[in-house]
Amino acid sequence: MTELALDVGWGTILAIKTVVVLAIIPLGAIILGYTFLLKMMAHMQSRLGPMDPGGFHGWFQLFGDGIKFIQKEDVMPAKSDRRIFAIAPAVVVISTFLVFLVLPTGPDLVVSDLDVGVFYALAVSSLSVVGVLMAGWASANKFALLGALRAAAQLIAYELPLLLAVVGVVVMAGTMSLQGIVEQQQNGAIFGWDGIGNPFVFAQIIGFVLFLVAAQAELTQTPFDMPVAESELVAGYMVEYTGFRFLFFFIGEFGTAFAFAALAATLFLGGWAIPFVTDPGWSNVLGPIVLITKIMLVAFLMFWVRFTYPRLREDQLQAVAWKFLIPIGLANILITGALKVAF
Amino acid sequence: MSVDFAVDRQAWRHLADAQVNVELDTGDMILNLGPQHPATHGTLRLVVRLDGERVVSADPVIGYMHRGYEKLTEFRTYPQVTTLINRIDWLSSFANEVPFMHGAELLMGIEAPPRAQYIRTILTELSRIATFMLFLGEMGLQVGALTPPFYGFRDREHVLNLIEAATGGRFHPNFNRIGGLKDDLPWGWVNECRNTMKVVFDACNILEELVAENEIFGARTRSIGIIPPEVGTGYGVSGSNLRASGVDWDLRRDGKPYLVYPELDFKVWTHPDGDSYARYWVRLQETREAARMVVQMLDRIPTGPIMAKVPRIIKVPEGEVWVETENPLGQMAYYVISKGATGPFRVKIRSASFSNVSILPWLLRGVYVPDVITILGSLYFILGDIDR
Repeated sequence: MTELALDVGWGTILAIKTVVVLAIIPLGAIILGYTFLLKMMAHMQSRLGPMDPGGFHGWFQLFGDGIKFIQKEDVMPAKSDRRIFAIAPAVVVISTFLVFLVLPTGPDLVVSDLDVGVFYALAVSSLSVVGVLMAGWASANKFALLGALRAAAQLIAYELPLLLAVVGVVVMAGTMSLQGIVEQQQNGAIFGWDGIGNPFVFAQIIGFVLFLVAAQAELTQTPFDMPVAESELVAGYMVEYTGFRFLFFFIGEFGTAFAFAALAATLFLGGWAIPFVTDPGWSNVLGPIVLITKIMLVAFLMFWVRFTYPRLREDQLQAVAWKFLIPIGLANILITGALKVAF
Repeated sequence: MSVDFAVDRQAWRHLADAQVNVELDTGDMILNLGPQHPATHGTLRLVVRLDGERVVSADPVIGYMHRGYEKLTEFRTYPQVTTLINRIDWLSSFANEVPFMHGAELLMGIEAPPRAQYIRTILTELSRIATFMLFLGEMGLQVGALTPPFYGFRDREHVLNLIEAATGGRFHPNFNRIGGLKDDLPWGWVNECRNTMKVVFDACNILEELVAENEIFGARTRSIGIIPPEVGTGYGVSGSNLRASGVDWDLRRDGKPYLVYPELDFKVWTHPDGDSYARYWVRLQETREAARMVVQMLDRIPTGPIMAKVPRIIKVPEGEVWVETENPLGQMAYYVISKGATGPFRVKIRSASFSNVSILPWLLRGVYVPDVITILGSLYFILGDIDR
């Protein structure tokens, strides 16, 4: 690819990368919000509303929602901590943006290929809980406070299974760089057959399921959506937010869903790697499309669960994490490590 | 010896807790659930005192929707009263009309013709199905599942369409007259009703699979909010809530005979557990049973007039009557006192939800906040039925 590289300064490259990352989140959030929240949910729940606006298949619904949010009055509760109240949604969204810095979409299409990519991605993604706590505390609302406390307890409990699920992959790949993990999967072979490489989902199926379950809790989606629990805590930490700030939370929610789906696709489904294509030039062109397809597959699974299951109770959620997911995760690491040493 | 030890340790732990509470100053938090909380189906306010997420005490505050129906009935003629009592339990309005009309008819000594009785019973059971269908879906929402309420609403729509086709009103039919009904059934309604009952059975199966058989739903509702039978009867809890506690009591079978229930063959469902899950399960079975009853009645609905001979101006002779019926929400009763005028002298309305909700302070003590919502949902009250 060197012949294609133009003679540009590092400033220009940085600017381009920033713009790309800034564009990815809203774009990802829009794609997911549109496909899953509006269309899939409408089909699954036989909703008529989201299928109506704009004529064909309700294509205008999302824009209508966006316009509505922007029109809304920006209300701040009288007793709120105004500055923290205003910053909180931004913190949530920024933590999502940071994940995409290390996400490879092709052999050369990556903003920053950190050696500790996995570690970094999981670390920054859990920053969002700070924003949630800020929102809950600053709202000066009991429901919001309860929601934020639940969110904190939940994210602490589910950070661990998430990490344990990823450790298996890291052990198999022998690297923590996301780019390295993808290349390992592309160049690998299943019992000597290297047709489609070796996506870790086959060897790490337990890790994959663990990751999805824990991600569901991180995203505060059903069955783990106690922090927002609309039927008991109204909307948890978001209860006092209106208009544009609420839209930020909304983008953050779907952006994070996009980020976790992307992480799952990269770690377990081979990321941008295309079966039977090894030429890096083609991979650079088709990589993003392949990655998006895989992201949609994972996101479909996550949202399917979200629309089907009821919600657990907070203590039951903790029991699932500590008594069930974490032991399984540890056992998975043990087996993976033993097999890695043996072969 | 061991018993003494256990008691001692318990007391000691209590003392230690008190010590910690004083040192850390862990005051209780008072949370107002409602009057604008989505789980309260309207304007019930629940003042909940919380220790962490555990409920120390809960006091329902009612009256936000009080409309003074008992007093208003004294200024209406008998036919006009139906308009008011339609709006007590607005989900099953038709079932509210029946006992009052029945009471007035008893006082006047007339009886509606058999066809009218059959149509009344069918419509009562249809409104039971419509009410429970909403509950079966909405209970999913109370535990956080978004999909079941949409299915519940969607399939209730078929039943509401039937009621609308027969009476002209979806929610407030105002269809009963003293001595009969306003109109006969429209042409083709009976067949349409048969087809709809198939939809109802399907919907029940779907909701059973989606909600009742779900593990998480079971974990959230089983052994939560247990009403022991003696406590339930003591508080005046009635209807499906009481039958879910194992009390085999249904006014359609055990009360004074009314409508055509004595001629019908139906089962009264009970569940021994008395928890939230039992209340869901009993209502699910009762929806199916109601659909079966409708099919039975459609098979043997007689022909004939739908109005008895009544005078042009209705004057009810002096007397008092107590009529009680098994409404979807429980025991619904009217105590009507007539002084021989065109309107009642005094009407006492005994609505089911009022008594069902009175058990809340007892029931909610010591549960977690999420369970408050499931218990409220499973008791299934309508605010209009509490406040009247």
